[in-house]
Amino acid sequence: MDKPFAITLDPGSSLANRTGSWRTFRPEYVDRLPPCNAACPAGENIQGWLFRAESGDYEKAWRALVENNPLPAIMGRVCYHPCEGGCNRQQVDSAVGINSVERFLGDEANKRGWKFDTPAAATGRRVLVVGSGPAGLSAAYQLTRMGHKAVIHEAGPLAGGMMRFGIPKYRLPREVLDAEIKRLLDFGVEIHLQTKVSNVLDAMMDGFDAVFLGVGAHIAKRAYIPAGDANKILDAVAVLRGMEGESAPMLGRKVVVYGGGNTAIDVARTAKRLGAEEAIIVYRRTRDKMPAHDFEVEEALQEGISIKWLSTIKEAGESDIMVEKMALDDKGFPQPTGEFERIEADSVVLALGQDADLSLLENVPGLVVDKGLIQVDAAMMTGHPGVFAGGDMAGNDRTVTVAVGHGKKAARAIDAWLRGEKYAPPPKPEIATVERMNPWYYSDAPKTVRPVLDIIRRQSTFEEVLGGLDETNALFEARRCMSCGNCFECDNCYGVCPDNAVIKRGPGKRFQFNFDYCKGCGICAAECPCGAIRMVPEEN
Amino acid sequence: MSFQPVKFYQTGTFTVGNRLLPPEERSVQASTKRFNSINSGHRACQGCGEALGARYAIDAAMEATDGQIIAANATGCLEVFSTPYPETSWQIPWIHSLFGNAAAVATGIAAALKVKGKKDVRVVAQGGDGGTTDIGFGCLSGMFERNDDVLYICYDNGGYMNTGVQRSSATPAAARTSTTPAVGSDPGNVFGQGKFLPAIALAHDIPYVATATVADLRDLEAKVTRAMEIRGARYIHILVPCPLGWGTAAHDTIRMARLAKETGIFPVFEAEHGEIKSVLAIRHPLPVEEYLKPQKRYAHLFGKNPAVETIARIQALADKNIRKYRLQARKEGH
Repeated sequence: MDKPFAITLDPGSSLANRTGSWRTFRPEYVDRLPPCNAACPAGENIQGWLFRAESGDYEKAWRALVENNPLPAIMGRVCYHPCEGGCNRQQVDSAVGINSVERFLGDEANKRGWKFDTPAAATGRRVLVVGSGPAGLSAAYQLTRMGHKAVIHEAGPLAGGMMRFGIPKYRLPREVLDAEIKRLLDFGVEIHLQTKVSNVLDAMMDGFDAVFLGVGAHIAKRAYIPAGDANKILDAVAVLRGMEGESAPMLGRKVVVYGGGNTAIDVARTAKRLGAEEAIIVYRRTRDKMPAHDFEVEEALQEGISIKWLSTIKEAGESDIMVEKMALDDKGFPQPTGEFERIEADSVVLALGQDADLSLLENVPGLVVDKGLIQVDAAMMTGHPGVFAGGDMAGNDRTVTVAVGHGKKAARAIDAWLRGEKYAPPPKPEIATVERMNPWYYSDAPKTVRPVLDIIRRQSTFEEVLGGLDETNALFEARRCMSCGNCFECDNCYGVCPDNAVIKRGPGKRFQFNFDYCKGCGICAAECPCGAIRMVPEEN
Repeated sequence: MSFQPVKFYQTGTFTVGNRLLPPEERSVQASTKRFNSINSGHRACQGCGEALGARYAIDAAMEATDGQIIAANATGCLEVFSTPYPETSWQIPWIHSLFGNAAAVATGIAAALKVKGKKDVRVVAQGGDGGTTDIGFGCLSGMFERNDDVLYICYDNGGYMNTGVQRSSATPAAARTSTTPAVGSDPGNVFGQGKFLPAIALAHDIPYVATATVADLRDLEAKVTRAMEIRGARYIHILVPCPLGWGTAAHDTIRMARLAKETGIFPVFEAEHGEIKSVLAIRHPLPVEEYLKPQKRYAHLFGKNPAVETIARIQALADKNIRKYRLQARKEGH
């Protein structure tokens, strides 16, 4: 009895009181799908590679990037970045310049000569890839990573497909294209140039276990325009392809481009650079209905290209064309008005869309073609077992990024098929919407603007229009990422818990809850900036 | 291209920590070695702002003094939920005497330490708004005017919460408490009564007076650290939302504190010797409704016939704070 007066118990710690028993809701760490990743046609883990770039570890960032896309330097130039359209940061200030950071990483890899990680052990399986465009390169790369032998048959004299023969140099410098293709060759992808596949089943007989078809849309669609003998009517694909040859195509002083897609814009801008005094785009509908991307229209207008909206070409004369004015009907379709106008033109370039050459698929049993597109299932396989397809052949959404995504998906499906399995994509977690986040915590930081080439040089040379970021502003731009839906170890949950019930596990190891004391108040979930905690009801 | 500084850390210093910051620039709370002065197992309600505020403040004081802190505590929630006999949540020397005498007890401890020549041991007194602004006010004012070497921290949740949500002199106008029910022609707490103790502390011209909220940890820690660098009477007034008394969701505690600051309802500033040195500017200005609406203690102001006039009066009070303390939003630097 050596206790003070009226004291009967030894002092104890409140740790004896397991307040976790009060809980009716329990916090759970989750990884939600960032909207940029959800929007990326190539299925890149954008948040994942930005996370690494944020700490200045560009090589790790690049390695994380190329898990899904072997062409970041190309992508950072030609992708229409739907990721930025999905970016939650738009609701704070402006979208993260994902595309510019991607380009920075791609350029950094080219500059420093980074190589892909060593592929998996060889499986001994051989896959034929038809076409060396983005779909084919992507599929071949992914197959090589998995240990399969990928052999590309390319009809053209150089690899790259529509990236080389369809995209002008001022958007994609050829040294960038060559560098990324060379890295794939060094990685073990085999490309046979000027090797046209005329019958896919015959080609497969040459010791291949499966085939991936990634033929681009090379054939220009035509429209009938009555024309005099002297007038030059060309197609856009031929003009752009001609730019890669010895001598540039002869277009004359006044060039009219017919169509409203990105190709029409590309041709008009190319014509201007070749010295045309006037480059006029004739399009039958209005600007908001134009399939071309608005920023490209804007860049073209800045370069002095004029656009005749609501117009169709009725006939082409010797040195001019007859244009008919159109009016949109209730459904938004253009209807002729009977009003005509003559425009001077030395040449007319048709940019009315393209088709893929499907002649190599004749006599393939089970294969279905509908409206010029090969029909594929969810695993990119055609009706003929072992024959897969992607890119321009398999869809109307014809961008480099979509093609890369098709190639990757098909490669995974081919890998599963070679093992006698059916490819099932892993289930996608819920989207990290801004409502599930707490954007209060992000510092205000507007987007870094990329330098744009001087207008005079844009009108006369094929130098790249859009510049890149340097290291400091690339790092800044990467750090604007809000890491939507994925823990970035800001310590908020650890700090804001009134019950000290969050355990910090150390750098890179994230956190865990101590359910002995967690009362389930939910402050951690409410104050998690990126929405990586969810509250779930306790059972019973 | 415009110049962009590289030193930008994604969330700046708004979050508790940040993997991109060097460890020495992170908050005390981000460290795995923080003291956890008030330990788990305390019996505060779910989402208690006071338990959180106390850990933020005392951990920072412990860090600033290398763990040499003695705390005197007034009666109140903080005392009740942390020390039901024979348990304690405190991992520091801690004493509770009466409701109204925390400042006097702390003065005594400081005097004793002085006699013993223990200069490195520092004294903190703490209490809720009841024990500070009402019951302990005489002792506190005495501690101020004698300039005793004590840091007094008031955790203001605007009422006597653990005894059943009675009004204190820190209860805001129009708020419903069990002693200011939402009935009659002017429901809730009366306008024109009560007091804002930081202003009274300021009038004592003591070396250091500051306000803070649990919504801005870095600011709170900086103020406690600054206070521990100074000798003499110091006062920090921390707004700690109370889910029980305010009628808010447990997970909204920090959000409510943030809204109080962003609407101008609660001015966050720092003063030395009676002069205001800095204020925490509003980041995204908001009308007071944003702050009032989520709280059930103001429910009578909304509903089918909103009390537009009362809300306007509260807005006027907030506007006055914004003018008086110069809280206007300004452009953020990195």
